[in-house]
Amino acid sequence: MLKILTKVIKTGVVTEKFERNADLERFGIEIKTLVDKQFAGSLSIRAVDVGSCNGCELEIHALNNPYYNIERFGVHFVASPRHADALLVTGVVSRHMETALLRVYEATPAPKFIIAMGDCAVNGGEFGVSYASCGAVGNVINVDVAIPRCPPPPLAVMQAILQFLKT
Amino acid sequence: MNRFDWLSELLARFQDEHILLYKGSAVVLAPAHTLNVDSEDWASCAAQTKKYRCRFSALWAQQLDDELQLNACYEKQGDYLVLRTKIPLDKPLIHSITPHYANADRPERHCHDMFGIEFKKQPDNRRWSRHKAWQANQYPLRKDFPVAGFNTGLTPPDNDYPFLSVQGSGVYEIPVGPVHAGIIEPGHFRFQAVGEMVLNLEQHLGYVHKGIEKIAEGRDAHRVVKLAARVSGDSCVSHAWASCLAMEKAALCQVPPRAVWLRALMAERERVANHLGDIGAIANDVAFGFFFYQFGRLRETWQRLSQALFGHRLMMDCLVLGGVTQDINQQQIDEILRQIKMLRKEWRELKTVFNENTSLEDRLETTGILSPDYAQRLGCVGYVGRASGQDFDVRRDLAYAPYNKLQVKSPCYNRGDVAARTLVRLNEIQSSLDLIEQICQNLPTGEIQTPWQTPKAGAEGLGFIDGWRGEIVVYVRFAEDNKIDRFFPRDPSWLTWPALEHLIRGNIVPDFPVCNKSVNGSYSGHDL
Repeated sequence: MLKILTKVIKTGVVTEKFERNADLERFGIEIKTLVDKQFAGSLSIRAVDVGSCNGCELEIHALNNPYYNIERFGVHFVASPRHADALLVTGVVSRHMETALLRVYEATPAPKFIIAMGDCAVNGGEFGVSYASCGAVGNVINVDVAIPRCPPPPLAVMQAILQFLKT
Repeated sequence: MNRFDWLSELLARFQDEHILLYKGSAVVLAPAHTLNVDSEDWASCAAQTKKYRCRFSALWAQQLDDELQLNACYEKQGDYLVLRTKIPLDKPLIHSITPHYANADRPERHCHDMFGIEFKKQPDNRRWSRHKAWQANQYPLRKDFPVAGFNTGLTPPDNDYPFLSVQGSGVYEIPVGPVHAGIIEPGHFRFQAVGEMVLNLEQHLGYVHKGIEKIAEGRDAHRVVKLAARVSGDSCVSHAWASCLAMEKAALCQVPPRAVWLRALMAERERVANHLGDIGAIANDVAFGFFFYQFGRLRETWQRLSQALFGHRLMMDCLVLGGVTQDINQQQIDEILRQIKMLRKEWRELKTVFNENTSLEDRLETTGILSPDYAQRLGCVGYVGRASGQDFDVRRDLAYAPYNKLQVKSPCYNRGDVAARTLVRLNEIQSSLDLIEQICQNLPTGEIQTPWQTPKAGAEGLGFIDGWRGEIVVYVRFAEDNKIDRFFPRDPSWLTWPALEHLIRGNIVPDFPVCNKSVNGSYSGHDL
């Protein structure tokens, strides 16, 4: 136990402050203000992989690491679409996941918004449309926010959420 | 140099069994040795290789005009043997090798769904990769199947897969997925349990089947390397490397030494990043948040340096045909070495906590045991195999460049529980750091890319790489104009997913997440 406590104290707080990463803090504070106003302090996101290569998932995980710690701005990831305000959809929509995505969409209470994360979800990426893939998420459900790049780094995801909240 | 000490003995055994062998080659699919056999002898060959303790590694098919060619890849002591046979397209019938190799089951069912090959005496004739996106009499990898398919409208859910059912008083079923509660890929798990204890688990995968094999056909080789990096995004370097290797062999392309070493540097960085993330996640699944945050922090610093060095946090698309896109300078090498020194120090502190913490011991030890016997029968590779006595590492045993010039230390244990799999990964971080140091100190000078030359149609190649999950096998065959005729990436997950079904039996349902994370099969790499 002593070793754990020593390590905890030695590590300190790595969560990025203004002077360490100006963008992160700025986006974060703005997100927090808008989340407080529009979502009563907490924006719940349900991540849905409908055909991703797992690259985007790694970066979503990073949002929860102590550097970004997105929960401090009131944004958190939930286990069920029924608890969600927004869906964060990754990957092209594989045809084997098409119905599953529609059901997740229906299970999410309105008002809801849909974020397509990564090139695959935004425009089909390297996979496109085929016998096995419906292509971009927009081909199956309406998309409100698009976050391109493969995969978008954590900061780009935060930036996109912020921009949406502003509009 | 010929490392195939055992091949002549195996060939003699084939002859004793009156198995006819046709023109073989040590060159066509080098470093593997290729042998052509009659389709009637397909299963008896497997019986012999099994007796001779060769490990089944990969199975793939391809259409050559009006014939289907079937390829089975076996491995022994780091040497690879590919057996090939042909069957007519209008009567694609062959004996199954699953009775000899349990882990050939899903690859055979995949071949059935994609090519329509009927495997005689295959103990499990249920579909595998096919859900409802195409019909039972349609085979996407045949040449007459259009890449767009025959889809009209919504694909219905796959709600009638015939799962094994268990009956008895107090037995209940838990269906999980395809959409899971965590931030992970989709797949279905069907549990039968009594109280808290899991009686049986069956996996139903294929939800993220994106038609990778089909869409690669007719695509330019350079773009297929980009596709390969997205077979499994967490392994983008290793998959791209294996595909480049296969294509470069087909094109007889000599990659400059510096590029080869830089590829290894990236592959080891990828291994460390994934192990760091997963060790934290394993600890998180047993509610040990301290490790989750510590290792998450280390992974983030590691990824940030990858971004600074190669311009991408996962190093995606840094490998191209003929070399790599990014060089590094001395200042960057110093930066890498500095970070390694820091990571070693932190690793030692955290390793002590891992060794001494009783709550971790309580939850990880004796949880999800995969016995060495089962691991051997399932042909498990990577950390799953090495935690269960399967001491195989492609880097060390095949010793492809640049690992032929490096000291690869591969940790191996026999306990086969979650703790052993975690320990293998903890120690692999150490050995990867050693390797990165060796690479940094001996990095050859020179070019990082050589001009690409289009291989002639029909040229083929096979690539073997040790990804962080274990052995990756990639087969490519070229068509005209630098187009790809056949692309088959075999992710190590094909060989480790079945292990999860075994090791969870008798464990409690709440331990499933940690057992699953300790194996961490790729859904995308498997579903293709």
